[in-house]
Amino acid sequence: MSISIEELNSLQIDVLKEIGNIGAGNAATALSKMISKRIDMDVPKVNILEFKNVAELVGGPETEVVGIYFKVSGDITGSIMVLMDKKSAKKLTNLLMGRNDAEDELDDMDLSALQEVGNILSGSYLSSLSTLTNLNLSMSIPSLAIDMAGAILSVPVILFGQVGDRVMLIETDFNEGTYHVKSNFFLIPDEESFEILLKSLGVLE
Amino acid sequence: MIDMIKVGMADMNTTCSPGVLTTLGLGSCVGICLHDTSTKISGLVHIMLPSSEQIKNNSNEAKFADTGIVKLVEDMIKIGAKRNKIISKIAGGAQMFNFNDSSEIMRIGNRNVVATKEILKKLNIPIVSEDTGGNHGRTIELYSETGILLVRTIGYGTKQI
Repeated sequence: MSISIEELNSLQIDVLKEIGNIGAGNAATALSKMISKRIDMDVPKVNILEFKNVAELVGGPETEVVGIYFKVSGDITGSIMVLMDKKSAKKLTNLLMGRNDAEDELDDMDLSALQEVGNILSGSYLSSLSTLTNLNLSMSIPSLAIDMAGAILSVPVILFGQVGDRVMLIETDFNEGTYHVKSNFFLIPDEESFEILLKSLGVLE
Repeated sequence: MIDMIKVGMADMNTTCSPGVLTTLGLGSCVGICLHDTSTKISGLVHIMLPSSEQIKNNSNEAKFADTGIVKLVEDMIKIGAKRNKIISKIAGGAQMFNFNDSSEIMRIGNRNVVATKEILKKLNIPIVSEDTGGNHGRTIELYSETGILLVRTIGYGTKQI
């Protein structure tokens, strides 16, 4: 039996939300250590959206966005994707490198920094998940793509689409001084893994 | 200015000339454009997965290549299209992220294209042109008056097929 996002009850959603919270908190701490500045974050929002509304989150299907994709392996398998619009991505790399480059284009240094941020975000999330569930989890190296939001989002949407018509994502906003960066985080357990995950969290009989 | 009829993910629509059908930001999904060369009735379906078989939740026909194309042909015939005059153009099926070990799921774009071609062949609908594969997104516009399919990309230009 497989479980789709549609069938989650409010307790299960709360648990996933709380993991998102802890993970994002750890990520903010890691980021702020990296740049020796305080980074605040808003309480993450967990959104469950129909496919057709997902792209609107980042400004429509043709908005240029950055997607950073990881494969998860271990006791459960699945994928993680970090998504942010190009403007936020540039703000983030400016913040990390302590500069103020008004240029919108992302160079190789920017891309490398973004992959590292993806690593930190995903790693923080996975390690809180692993601590809470006692599951053994590891992730692949990042793969990064910059393209239309619709095209990038087709990847998580197809993965979720095998079991339902909605996606679940965690929206986290990071703030440092005048910088405000919005990022979206997708955790997509493979079909059989969702059940293992919820069972390990004690919210599925 | 002709209104664009938007087709979302796992969605389909039909139009008569001079309507324009569009789908924005195709990634690993495939956009299948059907065009009746005699009546100019056209249809577009944006499929996400190759097959509705072995999928529990398969009520949305437009989500799958097998059910989506069949339903689109039916819808076109309902508004007057001639079955034997229908041609097709397809776009999409990219692999957005690259990994060394190309697992099943990463090659979903390619699988969507292969399934689409199989179904079209089975239905005896010729594919007159295609812009598939690669690793970039596409926005497509199907002009029912001429049957022209416009493919727009970021960084790979715009072309008519």
